[in-house]
Amino acid sequence: MKIMLPLDEDQRSVCPSFARAPFFLLHDTVTGESRSLENPAAQADSGAGLQAAQFVVDSGAEVLITVRCGENAAKVFQAAGISIRKALEGDAAANLAALAMDKLPELTHFHAGFHGISG
Amino acid sequence: MKLAVLSGKGGAGKTLVAVNLAVTAKQAVYIDCDVEEPNGQLFLKPEIETVTPVSTLLPEFDTSRCNGCRACINACRFHALVYLKERPMVFPEVCHACGACSMVCPHDAVREVPHPIGTLEQGRRGGVRVITGILNPGEASGVPVIRAALAQGGNDAPLTVIDCPPGSACPVLESAAAADRCLLVAEPTAFGLHNLDMVYRLVTLLGKPCGVVINKETEPYAPLEAFCRDRNLPILGRIPYQPQLAQQTARGEVACETVPAASQLFSTLLNRIAGWYT
Repeated sequence: MKIMLPLDEDQRSVCPSFARAPFFLLHDTVTGESRSLENPAAQADSGAGLQAAQFVVDSGAEVLITVRCGENAAKVFQAAGISIRKALEGDAAANLAALAMDKLPELTHFHAGFHGISG
Repeated sequence: MKLAVLSGKGGAGKTLVAVNLAVTAKQAVYIDCDVEEPNGQLFLKPEIETVTPVSTLLPEFDTSRCNGCRACINACRFHALVYLKERPMVFPEVCHACGACSMVCPHDAVREVPHPIGTLEQGRRGGVRVITGILNPGEASGVPVIRAALAQGGNDAPLTVIDCPPGSACPVLESAAAADRCLLVAEPTAFGLHNLDMVYRLVTLLGKPCGVVINKETEPYAPLEAFCRDRNLPILGRIPYQPQLAQQTARGEVACETVPAASQLFSTLLNRIAGWYT
C-alpha cells in the first residue's frame, strides 16, 4: 500500500498545508521504501488543491495523511477511493507508525479553500 | 454618457444616487451590476418586459473519443480539470470558461456546453429602461452576468447609469470599465475615506475621470475634503444626513419623486454631471 503525506522544507516534518507543501512523502508499506517528491502545485497561481490532488492520485497512493484538506481536493480523493487520515502531532515517521497501528482518525472536515490568500 | 456609480464599501448610497439620477434624467438606462444583491428594482419597480438567461461555458468530455492524453488537463492554467478513473473531470467553480481544453484536444473529445449562472431582467419605468443582472446563489463569479447586462444596455441612451457592486475587485472593475465617467459615493468617515481611496485608485488605473458625491453628511469631514482637494477631485454633490431620507428608502420610495428637497438636490447633481461632462 502506498501512503502520501505533505512534507515541510526539512523533509521530516508534516507540512500543515496540503496543496502548498513543498514536498510529498511517498511511502510504500510493501517495500518499506520512502521517497520525497517535489510538489508541482506548491507555487501554482490558482487551483493548487486540485493540482496537488492530481499528483497524489497519479502517484498511486491509497491513503493520504494530512493536517487539513480543501473541499475540491477532498472530492477528488473521495472519487478516487483514497482514504484521508488526520495527521497527529509529531513528524512524518511518527505519523506513518501511528497509521500502521490504525491510530489516525479519518479527516472529515474540509475547508472551503484559501484561493491564494495565505492563512 | 455612461456613468458608473461606485463606492469602496456597501451601504454608502450607490443605489440611492444611481436610481435618483436615472429618474431625474427621465430618459435613461439604469443597469444594476450589483448582481449578487441587485436592489435597484426594489425602488424602480419596473414593468418587466424580458427575462433572459445568462450562461457561461463548461467543458463536457466524450469518453468514447478521449484516449487519456491529458492535453486538456495540462492546458488548464486554473487547474480546473483532474484526470480520474481514466476520464477528465471538471470543477465548475474553478473553471474560467477560457476554452483552452477544447482548443488543445487532439481527439475532438471536449465540447463546451452552456451552464446557466444567472438572468437578466429588462423592464421600464416611464422613460427609464431598467436592466437588472441577477446571479444565481452559489455561483462563484458574477462577471459574465455583468458583461451581459452592460451589453444589453447598448450605447444609444443619452444617459446610462451603471449601479456598480461594492468594493474594488473584479466585478467592480468589469462594471466601471464600461463607463465614460465615474461617480464615487463617499461617506464622510475614516472608514468611508479609506474605501473611497481604494475605489479611486481603481478607476484612476482605468483612466476614468471621476467626481465625488458625499452622502450622509452632517458637517464637512476635513480628511475627505483634503483628499479631494489634493487630487483635484470635484465634489459634485453633498447629500445631508436625514433620518427622513433613510425612512423613505426603507419604504422603497424614490426620494426625488416624493420630497421636493431631494428633487432639487438630484436635479442640481445631474446638471453638475452634465456640465462636468461637456
